[in-house]
Amino acid sequence: MDKFTTLESTCIPLPLQDVDTDQIIPARFLKATTRDGFGDNLFRDWRYSQNGQANPEFILNKGLSGEILVAGRNFGCGSSREHAAWAIYDYGIKVVISSFFADIFKNNALNNGLLPVQVSDEFLEILFKEIEKDPDTKVIVSLENEIIKIKDSDYQEEFEINEYKKYCLTNGYDDIDFLISKKKAIGEFETSR
Amino acid sequence: MQPKTLFDKIWDNHVVHSIENGPQVVYIDRHFIHEVTSPQAFAGLKKRGVSVFRPSQTIATADHNVPTKDQHLPIKDALSKHQVDTLITNCKEFGVELYGLGHPYQGIVHVIGPELGITQPGMTIVCGDSHTSTHGAFGNIAFGIGTSEVEQVLATQCVLQNKPKTMKIEVNGSLKNGVVSKDIILYVISQLSTSGGTGHFIEFCGSAITSLSMEARMTICNMSIEMGARGGLIAPDKTTFEYLQNRPFAPKGSDWEKKLKEWASLKTDKSAKFDQEYYFKADDIEPMITYGTNPGMGIGITEKIPSLNGDASIKKSLEYMDLSGGSQLLGKKIDYVFIGSCTNSRIEDLRLVAELVKGKTKASHVNAMIIPGSKQVEKQAIEEGLDKILQEAGFELRQSGCSACLGMNEDKVPKGKYCVSTSNRNFEGRQGPGARTMLASPLTAAASALTGHITDVREMLN
Ligand code: SF4
Repeated sequence: MDKFTTLESTCIPLPLQDVDTDQIIPARFLKATTRDGFGDNLFRDWRYSQNGQANPEFILNKGLSGEILVAGRNFGCGSSREHAAWAIYDYGIKVVISSFFADIFKNNALNNGLLPVQVSDEFLEILFKEIEKDPDTKVIVSLENEIIKIKDSDYQEEFEINEYKKYCLTNGYDDIDFLISKKKAIGEFETSR
Repeated sequence: MQPKTLFDKIWDNHVVHSIENGPQVVYIDRHFIHEVTSPQAFAGLKKRGVSVFRPSQTIATADHNVPTKDQHLPIKDALSKHQVDTLITNCKEFGVELYGLGHPYQGIVHVIGPELGITQPGMTIVCGDSHTSTHGAFGNIAFGIGTSEVEQVLATQCVLQNKPKTMKIEVNGSLKNGVVSKDIILYVISQLSTSGGTGHFIEFCGSAITSLSMEARMTICNMSIEMGARGGLIAPDKTTFEYLQNRPFAPKGSDWEKKLKEWASLKTDKSAKFDQEYYFKADDIEPMITYGTNPGMGIGITEKIPSLNGDASIKKSLEYMDLSGGSQLLGKKIDYVFIGSCTNSRIEDLRLVAELVKGKTKASHVNAMIIPGSKQVEKQAIEEGLDKILQEAGFELRQSGCSACLGMNEDKVPKGKYCVSTSNRNFEGRQGPGARTMLASPLTAAASALTGHITDVREMLN
């Protein structure tokens, strides 16, 4: 897993609520047996028409760049497919900002070095407005200080992240490394039951 | 001792280690895997040079991708075939039991676990699939995980998790005629929204729940995830034990007696506190149907679609469905009916449908598919002669798998077509690009197939 400390970037706004994992990556693209290449089909059915033409209305086709995705409430609801987190990360996004994340999506994101930043509804609204006014608006995310800030403005907010997860992200450390180091204790737990 | 909820009791029983200010290492009793979310996990194991820690607690099946016709023939879609073949190779290499295509136990992972008696009270169960919550109907902690976590469980039989909060949903009273468990859960989700349960594990209780069969309870727990909850569970009782007895993997003889005693104690203590509590009345519920593109957008079948309130997400949703606020769904012409998925594809569902459609014929413009949840359900349906009744009514009984629930195989609903579906998700494109899904109970789906439009099944029952 890649390390994450701070990020300063422009944003890609997606002001919709309840964006579900079937939109992030439709099921018919889940047939791969590796983790790579899912970014090409990120938001596939919003991004392209059925015959593969780019939909000029969709935000990813508007020539914006940025490593931060900003989305409405309840982002990532639906299926447990980790492919959703892989697709976002593979596309080049490092941070997703929303006022609410679905549980499994949040875990999956964190397990892949993608940082979900939960902000207040008010902050989210301000951020959408600022981006609408100026698409070059930059956001600074500091994992170390757990602070998110709209650059060159007074808007900033603290966000929360589990201490253990923060440690994993800043060190590029996987849960699985930790669990494997606990195998002896797991064996003892089994015999004690 | 402090009073505890059932969830807390089972969870605490499985904690191997707690990280300070962090997640807990939770031991997993049963791990189900399938072709879609496991290949990258096995690849990870290979890369690390790690074996499967407890292969005997790992059960595999092929369900998401498989065709529902001519299952004895090689899979036509090359990518699907590759994924299913990869599962076969991985299971062989790592010593995991596979109920693959052609095996009498094959089926949707959440249908076969319970019917084989692998799913039992008091356990922790995971699978790389969100509807793992289904298994909670047996009084256990069952939840969906991502592929990185599948790899964790394969490698260590444990998963790192933050303990969820607890929620109680109590439904009391008796259901009206024509109202079934699918309607209860669609109703509850419509009241609490698709994020109402986020961060929580739900215990369902109350007389309307305990009077349900195991199949009907599974439908409820299955869809607890659609409220955003990590999972749902129902305390085990006589109904649970009777269902499990003599199932292939249920304990036998003196083991059974021992387990029964243990299981009987799996209850929430009287004065235990939940973080959230909700109460509903069964007789407030009528047959439910969804009009939008998430499972929380449901209404009673005679109600009107709520009017727009300027919300961009709702507007987008209604545009996608080509429906307008303030109108009724009742009488709306439909094109497809899909009866299947881990929500409603068990033998009881098929019996309900067969009973309703017996001696009648479906509307000629409707394409009606019935996909049994497992090979065993398929076999039993044929043994009971349900296949003939269904066929005579114009319903096609196919072979088991996830099918049009998510359209990974060739069973899809075409663009712009309306499908009344007994599955659990009506997301945009879920049943195929541009497909318009309306979630309902098997009874409502079957009744609508007969008339060719959205129908209140109660009119057929009276
Ligand atoms: S039937 Fe549908 S919801 Fe159930 S496991 Fe299969 S794809 Fe998932």
